[in-house]
Amino acid sequence: MFKKIDFDKLKNEGLENVPMQERRNFLKMGLALTGIFAGGTIFSAVSSFDRVFASTEEFKEKYPYKPHYAYVIYQNRCIDCERCIEACAETNKVPEGGYRTRILERDVPDAIGQQREFIPVLCNQCNIPQCTRVCPTKATYKNQTNGIVMMDITKCIGCLTCQLSCPYNARYFNEEKKAVDKCNFCFDTRLSKGESLTACAAACPAGCRNFGDLSDPSSMVYRTVHQIEKTVWVMRPEAGTKPNVFYTRG
Amino acid sequence: MSNGTSTSSISLNAIESAIVGRLKAAGIGFYALLAIFGLLAVLATAAGIHAMIAGHEHYYNVTREISWGVLISTYVFFVVTSTGLCLVSSIGHVFGVQDFMPIAKRSVFLSIATILSGFFVIAFEIKIPWRMAIYNVISPNLTSNIWWMGTLYGIYLAFMFAEFVFLNLNWHKPAVACGFSGSVAGIAAHSNLGAVFGLLMGREFWHGPYMPIYFIASAMMTGCSVILLFHIIGYKINGEKMSAGMQRALEVTSKIGILLICVILFFTTWKMISGLAGHPAGKYEAVMALIKGEYALNFWLFEIGMGMVFPLILFYLSKGRNLNMMLIGAVSMIIGIFVMRYDLVIVGQIVPVFHELGVNEYKHNLSYFPSLYEWVITLGGFGLTAFLFLLGEKLFDGHKVEEH
Repeated sequence: MFKKIDFDKLKNEGLENVPMQERRNFLKMGLALTGIFAGGTIFSAVSSFDRVFASTEEFKEKYPYKPHYAYVIYQNRCIDCERCIEACAETNKVPEGGYRTRILERDVPDAIGQQREFIPVLCNQCNIPQCTRVCPTKATYKNQTNGIVMMDITKCIGCLTCQLSCPYNARYFNEEKKAVDKCNFCFDTRLSKGESLTACAAACPAGCRNFGDLSDPSSMVYRTVHQIEKTVWVMRPEAGTKPNVFYTRG
Repeated sequence: MSNGTSTSSISLNAIESAIVGRLKAAGIGFYALLAIFGLLAVLATAAGIHAMIAGHEHYYNVTREISWGVLISTYVFFVVTSTGLCLVSSIGHVFGVQDFMPIAKRSVFLSIATILSGFFVIAFEIKIPWRMAIYNVISPNLTSNIWWMGTLYGIYLAFMFAEFVFLNLNWHKPAVACGFSGSVAGIAAHSNLGAVFGLLMGREFWHGPYMPIYFIASAMMTGCSVILLFHIIGYKINGEKMSAGMQRALEVTSKIGILLICVILFFTTWKMISGLAGHPAGKYEAVMALIKGEYALNFWLFEIGMGMVFPLILFYLSKGRNLNMMLIGAVSMIIGIFVMRYDLVIVGQIVPVFHELGVNEYKHNLSYFPSLYEWVITLGGFGLTAFLFLLGEKLFDGHKVEEH
């Protein structure tokens, strides 16, 4: 039925003749098939690559905010020194008992080699935030210029629905402010005053926390996210929030 | 209409003297109970205001992770009850099923009393309630289920209040119109309350269309038990013999109760199975906590046993006529349903959002138990309902229904 091919007699066409698109497809297929263990979730590098672009065509074509603030965490670089947490608390007057960012710890005693890792977490400044949808009074909202999820503390009624809607446990009730408080990428305390980094990113001595503009090709976060050689992932992708905090290793 | 107005204004003095007469005739036991329930509500008010001023974090056991505690579940319980009372009683006086007519007045009054109790409890749960009054109006978020729920319950309360007034004035048509509008607003508000939970992505125990649907069915089940309880007690308090019409109304209510218990048992069975099959992440842990974990006693004894199976048996055996059996069944059911609401709210939060990440901090289920202040405010809510019920029995003379 089919013509028999004698592979031994076939002439090698050479890799240099394989079109770029074919190479890409082959690479994508390989990554998709193998899957990569990342952040406690197994999913393919290809799908996380898609998520980087927020999964929809419009986001692929054009980032919705300018600057589109984003955050890249090199998970393996965190040494749990907690300078980020201290800098955040001091800069943003976070009261004792509350936090805007923290470092989670994961012990894997059966792992070969390294058995402990640290996972910094903070508000993911989601492209599709649930907190802003559920707030009855628009006390929390997505800034239309830079995409930061902000709080208008004068409108917060303290129903705490936003706290429960957040898949990242990024919100807490601040008794001093009498409103829910959350990370706003230090917008009021640093960015609006001309600083280019958040307090936590500036305080990180290990290059773990990186802050930048996802729509700016010269930004480090742009370069880290727009590639497929190294896996980039987000927390709880199944929640559908299209986060702007990305995780990688390297 | 003008005739009606003049008649009611003329008879105001008569009404006043009749009410004063009934209040004077009430026994010491009545006033003692009224004082106890009133005191519970006053204590709750004091505790709530103190916690509000001194900081909720010091007096409530809710945390960053379990942000909604017993006060939210009690609020849910009361509004579920109110909606249920409205819906079950509307079968008669709105949709014209004669058998249900006699329970209309007391049920509508109780639906107002229970929703006020719900608002009373949640006022002490929300951290800054006065901002809600302002910004719900001037900064509404139309995508928020909380906003819709609050607004629709406000409309619902207005309709129920108007309906009660019209029922007592025997103005049948406006009463039916208000009853119908109240039912629609109640269903819309109540399903929105279900959606407050059901539309939260990443909260697997709640997420999905189940909650709004379940809330409505569950409201009607609750409504049946509360109608039975308060009508039977109402007649005991007033020391009157139940008319044949009223007996028939309670009989059909207990039958509807049996049907709705079966519906909720069916719902619960599939909710549990869907949480077990394939071990869905986040949901499985919560369902297991109910089946054989830290909430197993709540689930099996209170929710299934006292809330549904025991009353189902009693209602069946009573044949809708043995009032004492129905009373015990209704009390058992109400206790079970209160725990049902508690489990629904708390168990939905016990699985940490980062559980799947496998981090040390969130390997296990979170725990919560209400503080003294939270219990006092919860009891105050019940105190307020009981206070209003007792007062209503005397003010409105046992909510007697005249023939139309």
